[in-house]
Amino acid sequence: MDRDMILEARDLTIKFGGLTAVHSFKARIGKGSIVGLIGPNGAGKTTCFNMMSGFYRPTEGRVIFNGRDITGMPPHLVCRAGIARTFQNIRLFGNGTVLQNVMVGCHVRQKSNWLHNLFYLPSNLREERAVAAKSLELLKVVGLESFADEKSRSLPYGAQRRLEIARALATEPNFLLLDEPAAGMNPQETNELMDFIRKIRTEFNLTILLIEHDMKVVMGVCEHMWVLDYGETIAEGPPESIRKNPRVIEAYLGEECVADA
Amino acid sequence: MDRKTKILLNVAAAAVLSLFLWWAQESFGGYRIQILNLIAINAILALSLNLIYGFTGMFSLGHAGFMAIGAYTCSILILPETQKEMLFILVSPYSWVQAAQAPFFLAVIGGGLVAAFAGLLVGIPLLRLGDDYLGIATLGFAEIIRVLANNIPRLTNGALGFKGIPDYANIWWNFGWFIITLYCIARIINSNLGNVFMAIRDDEAAAKAMGINIFRYKLLSFTIGAFFAGVGGALLASLLTTIDPKMFLFTLTFNVLMIVVTGGLGSLTGSVLASIGITILMEWLRFVESPIFIGSFELKGIPGMRMVVFSLALLFIILFRREGLMGMREFRWDWLFGKFSKRGSANGS
Ligand SMILES: Nc1ncnc2c1ncn2[C@@H]1O[C@H](COP(=O)(O)OP(=O)(O)OP(=O)(O)O)[C@@H](O)[C@H]1O
Ligand SMILES: [Mg+2]
Repeated sequence: MDRDMILEARDLTIKFGGLTAVHSFKARIGKGSIVGLIGPNGAGKTTCFNMMSGFYRPTEGRVIFNGRDITGMPPHLVCRAGIARTFQNIRLFGNGTVLQNVMVGCHVRQKSNWLHNLFYLPSNLREERAVAAKSLELLKVVGLESFADEKSRSLPYGAQRRLEIARALATEPNFLLLDEPAAGMNPQETNELMDFIRKIRTEFNLTILLIEHDMKVVMGVCEHMWVLDYGETIAEGPPESIRKNPRVIEAYLGEECVADA
Repeated sequence: MDRKTKILLNVAAAAVLSLFLWWAQESFGGYRIQILNLIAINAILALSLNLIYGFTGMFSLGHAGFMAIGAYTCSILILPETQKEMLFILVSPYSWVQAAQAPFFLAVIGGGLVAAFAGLLVGIPLLRLGDDYLGIATLGFAEIIRVLANNIPRLTNGALGFKGIPDYANIWWNFGWFIITLYCIARIINSNLGNVFMAIRDDEAAAKAMGINIFRYKLLSFTIGAFFAGVGGALLASLLTTIDPKMFLFTLTFNVLMIVVTGGLGSLTGSVLASIGITILMEWLRFVESPIFIGSFELKGIPGMRMVVFSLALLFIILFRREGLMGMREFRWDWLFGKFSKRGSANGS
């Protein structure tokens, strides 16, 4: 049973001063699944991502990845271990070209060092060429190959989100965290995104955890989900049971009432 | 255009530069040769600061410190023993200082290596600081180096400094080192490592998420930059033949910073062009510091006026053209030939 788990969150709790942003979050995520994390604004979803990807150290609890305790590991080592992520507020390398952005993602798997660069070693040249080729391949996967030499900043919003995913894939992850991938996309883009998420899961052998506000997306692609509200896990289960869960309805309705007021 | 053609073009450009230098050596007077020398050294310094600040985004004000280290190291290695005996009149030098000797090329590398080591040592604690603090802390570092130079007379001859340093740094050495610097930094910048540096500059959090050990790569960039700053300082010492602690005040860093910002943070081409332009202007502007006659009326020259003019110029650049001369653009052969072929076809039609 445990063999098929890729990531396990054991009672993750994090406090910022007096505020408990996430309280005792538990999750066991099976290899190859697509799962979701939902909840109203400020529920603590991004904070969970940050704990899993090494950006925040949980106050209590452990993160187990592939049987290995990665709690408190710095982000770059977490990435090396095989967890890649995107950001809710897109964070591209704005001055770089689209291709350069993806190439940066490849760097973590590169073997040659800067001295090899200086001395023009053939092995280094070969590797650099392979990195450029691989990056271009990934751009094809997300349909951005024709923008390869554009500045990444100049891309439209939806394309920037896809570029962030391509860049994350370049690090060769086993586990991919997507923070609101559909935010800012139009309905057609959103539909394409759902197919795209399923496609990369099979093509790259991934397990995917996504945060999403668009219920159509979460219910459409996720096999299992967790619902957070004020840092507490108020529900867990497959989409059908979540949809009917009274506490979930209440949490979302409550939010709408606040929004209406 | 393939890689081989580009390499060939680069070699051809270097050959043209040598031809020009050879011609200049024959037909230029000493003053103009001196300006050429300063252009080469300023370009080395600007390229190295651009690597640190423009490409990796670390606001470092420690260049004068690295230059001082390079200058003193190289000088100690090339000063003849008899000259050292004459220089150290107040205290005797450490025996290893008295005995140290190396050929010029190795002495310059030595200057770079000691500066790089200093960069590594200060980088380890300082690069963990945020950007605002880094500027102040590196400024402090440069000042400490100057104070040390003043107060370890058995190593540096204190406030008297060194005189009669052999003037090996002719245009061939200076431009040779310029080519080496340009080659090394361009190789780094155009490889994926360069992309990593720029990623750190643009967004540290995203770079971390891409598996990049920010601290390690910042330290690498900082150390390489310090190395070439040390090389620049070493060449400068041999070019000017005298050095003392007063030479390595903050203004020295400021000059380099001005060149880098004017040329464009993140453009090697810009740094080289601005080195040429600003070095020539600096010399040309000396007239504002000498007395000016308007009819029979004499305006007294104001020492330091050049710097005022340049500071104002820098201010204007920051206000009105923040990206500098080149922005982040670079000269590319493709671009040049693209221009030619376009013009060619336009003429043809
Ligand atoms: N570094 C931090 N310091 C202090 N408080 C924080 C920090 N990070 C998050 N929080 C707080 O934790 C709570 C949860 O934030 P989080 O960003 O995880 O919400 P979210 O579920 O992602 O919401 P949204 O849907 O708006 O993205 C918020 O109250 C937020 O202010
Ligand atoms: Mg969030």
